[in-house]
Amino acid sequence: MTFINYAAREINCKIVYYGPGLGGKTTNIQWIHEKTRPDSKGKLISLATETDRTLFFDFLPIELGTIRGFRTRFHLYTVPGQVFYDASRKLILKGVDGVVFVADSQEMRRDANVESVENLKTNLRDNGYDLATLPYVLQLNKRDLPAALPVKRLVTDLRIQNEPTLEAVAPKGVGVFDTLKAIIRLVLNDLRRR
Amino acid sequence: MARTNLVILEQDYEHFVAMLEQLRTDANARFVFLMDRNGQHIAGVGDLASVDPTALASLAAGSVAATEGLAGLVGEQAFTTLFHEGRSDSLHLSTVADKAILLVSFDERSSLGLVRLRVQQSTPPLAEIVTEVVRRSDAPRAEGLTVTPLGDLTDADIDRLFG
Repeated sequence: MTFINYAAREINCKIVYYGPGLGGKTTNIQWIHEKTRPDSKGKLISLATETDRTLFFDFLPIELGTIRGFRTRFHLYTVPGQVFYDASRKLILKGVDGVVFVADSQEMRRDANVESVENLKTNLRDNGYDLATLPYVLQLNKRDLPAALPVKRLVTDLRIQNEPTLEAVAPKGVGVFDTLKAIIRLVLNDLRRR
Repeated sequence: MARTNLVILEQDYEHFVAMLEQLRTDANARFVFLMDRNGQHIAGVGDLASVDPTALASLAAGSVAATEGLAGLVGEQAFTTLFHEGRSDSLHLSTVADKAILLVSFDERSSLGLVRLRVQQSTPPLAEIVTEVVRRSDAPRAEGLTVTPLGDLTDADIDRLFG
């Protein structure tokens, strides 16, 4: 649910990074936080366990600039990837305007990726959304690892329809901003049509 | 399900601010905040200099959502009020018309009883406006409301955002 505030001249959109545990969702957000100008970002909030695994969510607000006199702000959230935090994942998807699925390219995480996409579909459906019509981007992360599967294989496994698909190495920033731009472009185009 | 926007007009904002200011005065609170259930900050009044409104709204909404999840697990429909007690500052959170969250921050100059009473008194008129905002946002065309200021957005506009 995009929040349009005519009093503050602001448009606020919610983007959720989804995917299996240890796939690099938090690393994406941390890179964006690190490389975004201080005046264009808010505080990075991470609700994590003692071992730095996401417990509830990470949250980073960023501001891109002004369109038609309205400041465009994007609230970036991650979900906890671990299977048993499903209730939290469902809560975080409420009011979402766009989803980035961060897949782990390693062969040993193939099942986890597929399971997570299915989980995303279910949780979106439970919140009244349809992945086929929601702005959605697929990121293939960890492309630098030796055990990374070929892109073609991952696409066959994970691609829903013709969503933009980007390769990434999140700790080095490769593909991180390209992914963010892709989802923002889809969200704004979707907003234009509504 | 068609996805909708939540649209706050200037007159809504002015109404909210006036009501929140009245509540802040009556409850002797530090600051009072209104946000939507998805964590979007709508309006706030009071001593806000040391507060990050975006972060506050996001965390408060997360807290309310998690508590509602808990309510469901024990067979309750909802826990409509939350109270976080600190050494000097406390937070009182409550839902408004099931669509928004009202947050009151107060210290030793007030009390939980007073805050609860004033929140109960303030909620019905706030709920009326929240309900109206949601109704209008759900059927913007019927209300003659511009659905989005981005209706004529071009690809070039989007490109410019990314420098």
